[in-house]
Amino acid sequence: MTKESKIKSLLSYLKSPSSAALWLILAIGFAGGVIFWGGFNTALEVTNTEAFCISCHEMEDNVYEEYKETIHYSNRSGVRATCPDCHVPKKWTHKIVRKIAASKEVWGMLTGLIDTREKFQDHRRELAEREWKRMKENDSLECRNCHNFEYMDFSEQGNRSVKMHSSALASGEKTCIDCHKGIAHELPDMKGVDNW
Amino acid sequence: MKILPIIMITASLAMALSVQAYQEVTSGGLETIRGIAKINETKSAEALKRVIKDKNPIQRNYVHQPPVVPHQTRGYRVNKDSNKCLTCHGWKYARETGATKISLTHFETRDGKTLSDVSPRRYFCSQCHVTQADAPELVDNLFKPVESLGND
Ligand code: HEC
Ligand code: HEC
Ligand code: HEC
Ligand code: HEC
Ligand code: HEC
Repeated sequence: MTKESKIKSLLSYLKSPSSAALWLILAIGFAGGVIFWGGFNTALEVTNTEAFCISCHEMEDNVYEEYKETIHYSNRSGVRATCPDCHVPKKWTHKIVRKIAASKEVWGMLTGLIDTREKFQDHRRELAEREWKRMKENDSLECRNCHNFEYMDFSEQGNRSVKMHSSALASGEKTCIDCHKGIAHELPDMKGVDNW
Repeated sequence: MKILPIIMITASLAMALSVQAYQEVTSGGLETIRGIAKINETKSAEALKRVIKDKNPIQRNYVHQPPVVPHQTRGYRVNKDSNKCLTCHGWKYARETGATKISLTHFETRDGKTLSDVSPRRYFCSQCHVTQADAPELVDNLFKPVESLGND
């Protein structure tokens, strides 16, 4: 058969009633894909809200309460940073990786790993270190999503800010989290942590 | 027989109440920090003052005065787990951050022993060092700062 006639016979097959099943399968597959993908992303979005983050008391009673006193919750301009702003990467692939890691935290919740304030405090260093490490590795990407060094006006900042930002930060020697630990929560025992 | 105590109680109650009702509550002309106000009067609170954001050290008035804090300290926690002040004022970091080093008295215990790190009695910095607001004095102050510390 020539190339042309091959295509012709394929077309006539697709038009014939016996191909209906194939069409149906394709249609279901497509619709299912859309629904699944949409649903998946919607579910992902739901888990990406502050309301979801503090729906378990471990978060609401500990970190959320502390965070309410800090600059990212209450300030003169009324702009807020919510939990996912700092804790979930914006890029899709990074987000999935973080979400998969987070399933372990769900396990922790189910087994009551940190279900009292005391237990939470006992694990705090470990939890904090994980976040410091993550932010150190991505050069404090989440902070930089909102705070862009390029647009920092040193004439508007305090002396102490300018001194540090124009030296160690500008040269890339240090990143936000090196100097701004505990920006949103109380700190664990800082014995042995660099610069503390 | 029983009527006498009842009369006495009602009478004394009535007297007590009338005295209460007619007594003027005055400050006796005394002006306190909250101004001349009747004792039973609640004055509305003044607007909060803004803490100085950042400034060079503020001159001291006498030898051994704890210097006042010339910068804001919002969110600076000092507790058993961490001490934010020492991440700048500790000897290890003072050079890098440009902050004044804590003086050696901060290493001394109350019986004069010198420790290898900050003494517990000097650990809670804001007990002695406080932030400032640009505000008029609440009461007249005739204190004269000592001249040797560069005050005029
Ligand atoms: C959702 C955006 C957002 C994110 C993410 C964010 N911030 Fe902020 N941050 C703000 C805004 C807005 C302000 C200023 C609020 C004001 O002063 O009105 C602020 C203020 C600050 C301040 C000033 C504190 C003060 O007392 O003046 C610091 C320091 C800071 N952020 C550090 C960080 C660090 C470190 C991170 C990353 C862990 C981060 N921010 C992530 C929005 C954000
Ligand atoms: C080398 C240490 C250092 C690094 C790195 C650093 N900061 Fe700072 N930052 C400071 C100091 C010190 C201050 C002033 C003291 C304070 O606010 O506690 C400050 C103040 C600030 C303020 C308040 C500015 C003002 O004066 O109003 C913001 C906002 C801020 N930092 C954001 C960031 C962000 C975002 C990053 C990362 C891109 C970052 N900083 C990296 C040390 C650092
Ligand atoms: C401005 C950024 C920011 C926001 C907003 C924020 N966090 Fe954090 N979070 C951090 C950083 C940075 C750490 C690492 C520990 C530290 O430095 O305090 C951390 C640590 C944690 C930890 C580990 C335990 C600990 O305290 O160290 C938990 C749990 C946590 N955050 C949950 C939350 C929840 C829930 C919210 C929302 C109510 C939230 N965070 C909002 C920046 C943020
Ligand atoms: C981010 C670094 C930083 C932190 C954190 C910090 N300071 Fe300072 N502090 C400075 C700098 C820088 C100066 C000004 C030194 C200068 O300009 O010579 C200063 C000045 C002072 C002075 C005046 C010293 C003098 O010689 O007159 C006092 C007192 C002081 N700070 C107390 C505190 C206390 C108390 C805390 C904690 C609540 C604190 N500081 C946290 C950086 C810091
Ligand atoms: C019990 C009161 C007290 C406490 C608590 C205290 N200080 Fe002081 N501080 C003083 C006095 C008094 C002076 C001035 C005389 C001296 O050097 O002892 C001083 C001086 C200083 C100076 C100036 C040193 C110099 O060389 O001129 C700094 C900086 C300082 N303190 C920081 C701190 C910090 C940071 C903390 C917390 C870790 C702290 N202080 C806790 C009383 C205190």
